[in-house]
Amino acid sequence: MMDKFISIEAIAKRYPGASGGEVAVFENLWLSMARGEFGCVIGHSGCGKTTVLNILAGLDEPSEGAVIVDGQAIEGTSLDRAVIFQSHALLPWRTVLGNVAYAVTSKWRNWDRARVKAHAQKFIDLVGLTGAEHKRPSELSGGMKQRVGIARALSITPKIMLMDEPFSALDALTRGTLQDEVRRICLETGQTAFMITHDVDEAIYLADKIFLMTNGPGAVLAEIVENPLPKDRGRIDLHRHPLYYALRNHIVDFLVSRSKTFTATTPDHDPRNVPTVRPGLSEPTIVSAPSLVEANSTQKIAR
Amino acid sequence: MTFSLRFRAAVVSIALFAAFLGIWHLATRSTATTTAMSPEYAKLMGLTATQGKSAMPGPLDVGVKLWEHLKQPFYDNGPNDKGLGIQLGYSIGRVGLGYLLAVIVAIPLGFLIGMSPLMSKALDPFIQVLKPISPLAWMPLALYTIKDSSISAIFVIFICSVWPMLLNTAFGVAAVRKEWINVARTLEVGTVRRAFTVILPAAAPTILTGMRISIGIAWLVIVAAEMLVGGTGIGYFVWNEWNNLSITNVIIAILLIGVVGMLLDQILARFTRMVTFPE
Repeated sequence: MMDKFISIEAIAKRYPGASGGEVAVFENLWLSMARGEFGCVIGHSGCGKTTVLNILAGLDEPSEGAVIVDGQAIEGTSLDRAVIFQSHALLPWRTVLGNVAYAVTSKWRNWDRARVKAHAQKFIDLVGLTGAEHKRPSELSGGMKQRVGIARALSITPKIMLMDEPFSALDALTRGTLQDEVRRICLETGQTAFMITHDVDEAIYLADKIFLMTNGPGAVLAEIVENPLPKDRGRIDLHRHPLYYALRNHIVDFLVSRSKTFTATTPDHDPRNVPTVRPGLSEPTIVSAPSLVEANSTQKIAR
Repeated sequence: MTFSLRFRAAVVSIALFAAFLGIWHLATRSTATTTAMSPEYAKLMGLTATQGKSAMPGPLDVGVKLWEHLKQPFYDNGPNDKGLGIQLGYSIGRVGLGYLLAVIVAIPLGFLIGMSPLMSKALDPFIQVLKPISPLAWMPLALYTIKDSSISAIFVIFICSVWPMLLNTAFGVAAVRKEWINVARTLEVGTVRRAFTVILPAAAPTILTGMRISIGIAWLVIVAAEMLVGGTGIGYFVWNEWNNLSITNVIIAILLIGVVGMLLDQILARFTRMVTFPE
């Protein structure tokens, strides 16, 4: 195992149940990531993905356990951990520049106006919003709003970027462009990123590690899937890679069936030593619904 | 050919106003029969008896009198004969002062209630009981404790404008979107800075709506309060002219109260528009 830049150790989240007792969303969850890695969590709604992210952000507290980032147990929110919200969460009374500058002044309180502006501008340019600095969020499209959210998160040069389904509210085309942007920025800056998603292809394209969570309540981290695709993968020929379908089918299988049955069929699952899976050519892959997959040469290789 | 909605509405408004004036004029013109009487007796009897003039002034009488008042709004011929400008000035001054005090108290207190669930629950019974009390019911208590009628009127304005502002501020602050608060939290923004940079702008439209309701109520109440305390102000003017049996002046005062109330409301509406943000 490499150094643990992020280490989630035995966290649990419980809510008071309707009939007096407590309902655990998840118990004894362990998860770690190395510096510069891109991790994606996939699971069905209600498995506590967002709770994990909120705990990591410091917006929520675990009922038990601890989160260690860069050798220190986290306590509350921090400027080291930037969050990109699903609903972009821009302040509507501020302009694009104002929204980014708000984050910049929060991090560097004694910077003068010109310095803040120049710094904010740099990140607005980075996400491709040059020229829209003085627009208000209401004048922007959904994709542009989320770009501002990304610029705001990046502008504080965080150690970790936390993303809660950042592109789920966008149309497919915009989503693709933004995924490209995020991937480019993360590769260029060596950013450590933790993202929640429902979209299998998004996870395959972006993530180095994909964390599969079973259904809640009582969700567990079932498997860590290592992405076997090369680092320099591109969106255009991603699906032509020989390992693409092996990986995709493995994840889809998990979401379709194993996420429900995992806890029952794997009683000896050790949450501290979650198995790491690297789908490859040799692994037999069940293509449970062949009609879903286009028949082409790569698929034969995947089989 | 069609005109803009605005233009057509203006035409209908003017027509309605003209019809109103016409009916008013017809209803108050001299129709009653006059009885023959000696000129000296007639002098004592007044126009109603001698020329069959209606006791109710017609629009022309009011118009002439209004013009007189507008020509000389600020004359001062002693305690019972001051220009309408001065009377309105006193009323606006009292409303402004009481209202300002209410702003100073209600907005910080509303913030506290909105941000603290404990204070919200603890203060709720007091607010629920105090809110429905007619502001004028406080008047005797105010007169007894403050012993100054003018300050008592200001207190009554204060007490009636405080509630809508307080409740709207508390509601607006409590209803600020969780995601905006979370943005501030992830950026490690301190409580005070968060209150001014996130909560205040987010709650401002709701707060201003409360302030707009308050100014309306304050203007309603000042007339009644001044009728009670007397001395100066447009409310006192109305009551004084009623005692003088000058219905013309009463009508003029009613008209001006309406116009000033509208202006106050428009000012607050403009402020509300300034702080409203599109989403």
